[in-house]
Amino acid sequence: MAKITKADVEYVAGLAQLTLDEATKERLVGEMGDILGYMDKLNELDTTGIEPTMHVLEMTNVFREDEVTPSLPRDAALMNAPKTDGEYFLVPRILDTE
Amino acid sequence: MSNSWYEKTALEIRDAVRAKKVSALEVTDSCLKRIEEVDGKLLAFIDVWADAARKQAQAVDAKIAAGKDPGPLAGVPIGVKDVLCTKEGTTTCCSKILKGYRSPFDATVIERLAEAGAVFPGKLNMDEFAMGSSTENSSIQRTRNPWNLDCVPGGSSGGSAAAVAGHECAVALGSDTGGSIRQPAACCGCVGIKPTYGRVSRYGLVAFASSLDQIGPFTKDVTDCALVMNTIFGRDPKDSTSADIPVPDFTKALTPAVKGLRLGLPKEYYTDALGAEMRDKIQAAIKVLESLGAEIVEVSLPHTDYAIATYYIICTAEASANLARFDGVRYGYRAPGVANVDEMYRKTKSEAYGHEVRRRIMLGTYVLSSGYYDAYYLKAQKVRSLIRRDFMDAFKQCDVIVTPTSPTPAFKIGEKTADPLEMYLSDIYTISVNLAGIPGLSMPCGLTASGLPAGLQIMAKPFDEETLLRVAYTYEQKRGFEMGMPAALRG
Amino acid sequence: MKYEAVIGMEVHVELNTQSKVFCGCSTKFDAPANTNVCPICLGMPGVLPVINKRAVELSVAVGIALNCTISRWSKMDRKNYFYPDLAKNYQISQYDLPLCANGCLEIQVNGSTKRIGITRAHLEEDTARNTHTIGGGDSGVDFNRCGVPLLEIVTEPDIRSAEEAYAYLTSLKQILRYLDVSDCNMEEGSLRAEANISIRPVGSKEFGSKTEVKNVASFSGVQKAIDFEIARQQQVIEGGGQVVQETRGWDADKGITFSQRAKESAHDYRYFPEPDLVPLVVDEAWEAQIAATLPELPRARKARFVSQYQLSEYDSGVLTAERPMADYYETTVQCGVPAKPAANWIMGDLQALLTEHKLEIGACKVTPENLASMIALIEDGTISGKIAKDLLPELFATGKSAKALVEEKGLVQISDTSELEAVAREIIASNPGPVADFRGGKEKALGFLVGQMMKATKGKANPQMANDIIRKELAKTE
Ligand SMILES: [Mg+2]
Ligand SMILES: [Zn+2]
Repeated sequence: MAKITKADVEYVAGLAQLTLDEATKERLVGEMGDILGYMDKLNELDTTGIEPTMHVLEMTNVFREDEVTPSLPRDAALMNAPKTDGEYFLVPRILDTE
Repeated sequence: MSNSWYEKTALEIRDAVRAKKVSALEVTDSCLKRIEEVDGKLLAFIDVWADAARKQAQAVDAKIAAGKDPGPLAGVPIGVKDVLCTKEGTTTCCSKILKGYRSPFDATVIERLAEAGAVFPGKLNMDEFAMGSSTENSSIQRTRNPWNLDCVPGGSSGGSAAAVAGHECAVALGSDTGGSIRQPAACCGCVGIKPTYGRVSRYGLVAFASSLDQIGPFTKDVTDCALVMNTIFGRDPKDSTSADIPVPDFTKALTPAVKGLRLGLPKEYYTDALGAEMRDKIQAAIKVLESLGAEIVEVSLPHTDYAIATYYIICTAEASANLARFDGVRYGYRAPGVANVDEMYRKTKSEAYGHEVRRRIMLGTYVLSSGYYDAYYLKAQKVRSLIRRDFMDAFKQCDVIVTPTSPTPAFKIGEKTADPLEMYLSDIYTISVNLAGIPGLSMPCGLTASGLPAGLQIMAKPFDEETLLRVAYTYEQKRGFEMGMPAALRG
Repeated sequence: MKYEAVIGMEVHVELNTQSKVFCGCSTKFDAPANTNVCPICLGMPGVLPVINKRAVELSVAVGIALNCTISRWSKMDRKNYFYPDLAKNYQISQYDLPLCANGCLEIQVNGSTKRIGITRAHLEEDTARNTHTIGGGDSGVDFNRCGVPLLEIVTEPDIRSAEEAYAYLTSLKQILRYLDVSDCNMEEGSLRAEANISIRPVGSKEFGSKTEVKNVASFSGVQKAIDFEIARQQQVIEGGGQVVQETRGWDADKGITFSQRAKESAHDYRYFPEPDLVPLVVDEAWEAQIAATLPELPRARKARFVSQYQLSEYDSGVLTAERPMADYYETTVQCGVPAKPAANWIMGDLQALLTEHKLEIGACKVTPENLASMIALIEDGTISGKIAKDLLPELFATGKSAKALVEEKGLVQISDTSELEAVAREIIASNPGPVADFRGGKEKALGFLVGQMMKATKGKANPQMANDIIRKELAKTE
């Protein structure tokens, strides 16, 4: 059974915002099929009644107090940005109205 | 002697510096000169901070001159895996997507080490975003194994392992998500520890898989390991998952005494998958400990066979979200000439990520996607509970668990790049430790016939790094050999 | 065919904390772009979130006020999607274990009470703001708002009309303001309401395809948008078509909803537990501690005003609409003045002044104590109501005490009988016409004569005494 089809790869790439060329898609159909096929091993195990691990540490309620701490100077915030106008991070015009 | 400070351990350096037998600057210069000499062969460093390191060393010397305490790691050169945020230089995770990225802050471990008097000679190579077991996935360069330049140093912290084994720095920091400290430490013949999850703050560690990642040191010996742990362990209010558990003075655990300690040998680890030569090395090491009064107990970790599948579901799922932020908006690479936002994301990510990273993002996205979450992600988190329970059960019968670190010594560059599953299977002995959140240490237990280091792994109960260190220290004291200078760097 | 509307509301409110939910940046609204930002809320590599305790407490407070069950054990999750206003390209939110669930809110519509089920209220982080007015083919992103704590409150599909939706929003806002958990300012975006609307034939148990109306700037806009949407869906169905499940915007100028984007087969958000945060445990003790900080809520307070102060339903409703107003009223009454005049003065003259000067009661210079002392001066006859009417604007402008002002201006009421008798005699002498009218049986003329007395004393005559005395004087001189 082919575990993964090209359509699956394309759907997942869409969710992950990746563009893949044809060769890479083909390659991933094979690789992901193999790996996911291997992962199906887990179905051998009966996990009824087993709680999923949320955290290996049994910690709860780690908080900070509601106190304002200094923010970054704007120059430092924008320092690594590919495109800015000195105030905003600039991205290609967003057409979709939110 | 004064020319070979680079060969010394952290303890020797800090004692000499504190006693004014040598200046921190001299040590730093020795280390920088060594890097200049051998890094052309090893390709461990991706960035050397000669000026900054000298300034840090001078600051340590100035403190000493002023009669102030220069800290417990005074003048110790510590290399930094490029997965840790540093204000100095760039922080790129050896990915094209973060080329040139300058972090506005230092990771908590860097702050603590700086406070302790450490000197940072530069950044070390790694697999892109710590995804890999050979450092071949770096977008920058391929690091070599100091014992055989045709072999990989292991990964993902291959640069860190090679730098310490090659005596380019006394200590290096790495990160371990599924073995990324222990496996390269084994491949390169140095000591490396993955602490209990929550022991070391992850603040400033660029996340790969948040529930598995831990920072840890590579050192030349167990004593140095304890020394660094003293500084970097402990609760950090910036990391909600950092444990509020007191940090003992780990150097006090360094006593050669294992009498009555029970060493658990999980039967699932000693199978045919383990090469005969490796098995012999491990057994010889166990004999040493047994001869000193340790008790050998066979234990069982029945879900071992499911660890790799479990691990690759969880780590890819977390990674798919952790890496989503690299989108070309606030920092990092943005593909040129994009017309709209979707194109910006797609072209940026597709052009900048290497294939291993893309594959893991794809896998992680898949296992979380609607219709597959229960079958993969949720199932894996349940199996993770079983794996953790295995360890807790085993630790009822033993104090530490002793295993090989990896089934084979370092492999040849290019040998496993074609088959990802084959590469994933090489993490078989290290992965469960991360899933269970327990501490694990790798240390050399000899050389194979082909002259490559073999690694011994010791695991302990959560937060019981002291027992782990005691066993490791005892073995190191009594094993009867020195690793010495790696073959490829002799003469 | 008769149709009924099935409406569920989703409201996002920004919680009133000083700092953001996962970092220490300020939540101040109007800071210059990208100045309330740090590596954490910018989603820089290597950062980790630490949750703001106050944000959790405020969320729980809302849950209690909305009669929700507070989860003993809950957690944060990652909601994955790509958008430039999302620094990490995932939002830290809550998926299957919200802090608050299964509550209800009672609303009043057309004099009857209706219960709207609250499905859940969960804590999450707000997103950045995109600006499209940058020019040059770019949009700008300002991350100041990114990471402000947000509570998402979701109702059951219990709402059946635009009017009910309006009543729900009004009641909810009232409670949130009472709790002081949010400014609930729609213009600044601290409260955002979305309606999920579908219609079905009356009697049907099934749901029709729903549309989600977003980005409406006011409650009345929501009401209009729902009415429009109900009519539109009915038209589509009656025309033999099918309602498309989609997000729709509201064009307030044209008064229409419009398609924004088809819900791409219900987004695949790939929720999973946030590994960087540990679970939240709200035990009974903590819940009780938070419950103890809750003020009396508007419905209970209104009922108490009716019974305790013998005010009308209407007056009680007006006075308890906002907590500061209700507090102001009660403080005034507690100073010892009668309940009804206090209500009248506050709802009448004082409210008019507040409206005229666009002020909230909290910014009013007339303290409740001062208002009470003014009312006391009327009650004990020191000043007349008429004088008080002139006095209040001055109190309002200056914040001076009523007593001081009355003394300073010599406004003390004339209650001296002989002085008033003299004035009455003068008025009778100089107004023969009205006097004759009165004596001829025109009761009304008395009012005129009293008015003349007030005028002559510059309003200082005690009106009741003026009335009595002029009547007596008229009788004498007959
Ligand atoms: Mg939401
Ligand atoms: Zn911030």
